[in-house]
Amino acid sequence: MLYEALSPRENVAFAARLYGVRDARARVEASLQRMSMLDRADAPVRALSRGMQQRVSIARAMVHSPQLVLADEPYSGLDESGARALTVLLGELRSAGTAIILVTHNLAEGLSLATHAAVMQRGRFVRYDSADRVEAGSYSTLYREAVGSG
Amino acid sequence: MKISWLPTVAGAAVIATVVRAAFYTPLEARQGAAQKIFYLHVPAAWVAFLAFFLVAAASGVYLWLHDIRLDRFAESSAEVGVVFTTVVLITGPLWAKPIWGTFWAWWDVRLVSTLFLWFIYVSYMVLRGAIESPSLRARYSAVLGILGAFLIPFIHLSVYLFSTMHPMPIVGKPSKPSLPNEMLLTLLLSLASFTLLYFAFLRSRYRYSVDRDALAATVDQDA
Amino acid sequence: MGNTLSAAWSIARKDLAIEFRTRSAFFSAVIFALLGLVIFYFAWDPTAVSVTDLAPGVLWVIFTFSGLLGLHRSFGVESEDHAIDGLLASPISREAIFVGKAIANLIFVAAVQLVAIPALVVFYNLPLGRVAAPLIAIAVLAAIGLVAIGTLFSAMAVNTRLAELLLPMLSLPFFVPIVIAASQSTAKLLSGRPVAEVSAWLKLLVAFDIVFVAACTLAYPLTVDD
Repeated sequence: MLYEALSPRENVAFAARLYGVRDARARVEASLQRMSMLDRADAPVRALSRGMQQRVSIARAMVHSPQLVLADEPYSGLDESGARALTVLLGELRSAGTAIILVTHNLAEGLSLATHAAVMQRGRFVRYDSADRVEAGSYSTLYREAVGSG
Repeated sequence: MKISWLPTVAGAAVIATVVRAAFYTPLEARQGAAQKIFYLHVPAAWVAFLAFFLVAAASGVYLWLHDIRLDRFAESSAEVGVVFTTVVLITGPLWAKPIWGTFWAWWDVRLVSTLFLWFIYVSYMVLRGAIESPSLRARYSAVLGILGAFLIPFIHLSVYLFSTMHPMPIVGKPSKPSLPNEMLLTLLLSLASFTLLYFAFLRSRYRYSVDRDALAATVDQDA
Repeated sequence: MGNTLSAAWSIARKDLAIEFRTRSAFFSAVIFALLGLVIFYFAWDPTAVSVTDLAPGVLWVIFTFSGLLGLHRSFGVESEDHAIDGLLASPISREAIFVGKAIANLIFVAAVQLVAIPALVVFYNLPLGRVAAPLIAIAVLAAIGLVAIGTLFSAMAVNTRLAELLLPMLSLPFFVPIVIAASQSTAKLLSGRPVAEVSAWLKLLVAFDIVFVAACTLAYPLTVDD
């Protein structure tokens, strides 16, 4: 949901305005800094790599400290440092009491954050449990377990 | 084969009226035989605007109730309406040339309003053709239907003001002729028969849209 | 209400920032307007039709078509990266989104006119004088109507298959009363008639604006594709 012609700073600032964020300037800077986008904050988004654009999207989504976050494959396009930054961010949000629904194929990352985990097949939940009962070790084991014979 | 009463009656009524207009109604003194197009032109115009009024009304109610049948009704009325509007726009110049000496009369407020009605009908249909999702299509068509209804009075007013400020040099622009009873009766008969015809077309077009949507639904289910 | 306006203004600022960054639509519209002025001049026999008679029609026809160039990108800019979803998910009301975009379009149209009208005066050697103030009033009223209709149809067209075709096709019938009123009143004023004589046209423009600004603002939420 980024505007290609505008810079990351402008995109995040616009989102801050939409949500009526107080101390907008400071929050925008903080959000950009969390995703390590401060040094490219003034280049137009279209000039950034896919991974950086993804970081800006995340910064934009978080600037207003939402109470509920729907994250659909947020790790896609992120390099290692970006992924780490995202995990830290999600962890902070979780500690602050934000509800997070995370859809991911990156099982290890996802499970490290989650309180509960679910496996979906064809639009239905085939497994739903608390996170510590869901083993990250083998995705295929999990898959077979959950899907069973069906 | 079951013979439906409405199209039969409507068809018979229109034929009867045309015959009456052509052979059993007196010629108008100044305008002569060309004036008889009047008995096609006026009822077609009446139906064109009636059809659009119904499109706008159905659009409004659709936006309130979201019943897709209202959208089908509006769609049907629009397609029937555009045909009658085209008839008005063809018979108008055919009548105007011998009588007023010009094919088109920009100062004739009703004719120009009908032209814009035609434009709105056509853009309504193009809009519908460009949207695949039935619910989005219904909503957008309804918005256009209502906005179009708001536009027509403004067109009417603009052309009226235009004509009062620019008196056109026309040969023998007629004032409203007073109609003797014979002609009035023919006119009323033609209004009635055209209205019946409209409802006959509307009904069969509506049925077609019901069948078409039902067929599309089964195709979707199979997919 | 104040909330809506400030939200609308945020959106308008954002749209203008994007346009300012690329400037492509603005330049296209300006060049189009200037070329139009030139072409129309050569299309007429200057001895048969005086330039003062030609100018009003040319001005307002070009106004409409160059306006369309700007209107098209109004919602076009939201379709990249599904940016419109970001707006819709935010606490801002749908009406505010519409008003914001309409304001941005209004400023766009005004900016193009700031170039086109002086160009018209120069190319067509028009005796502006006292006419300047009423002309500006007409331009403002015409622009408001144009932008209300155009912004709404831009929002709709962008969700259809034939966006570039549909925007002009839907909008132009609605622009006609504006063009008639604006041209006729400009012509009267340029030929020295007093403002009182064009009051009927001005009232028509005001009524048109009131009706369609209200109708389009109310209709916009219905056109959101969610």
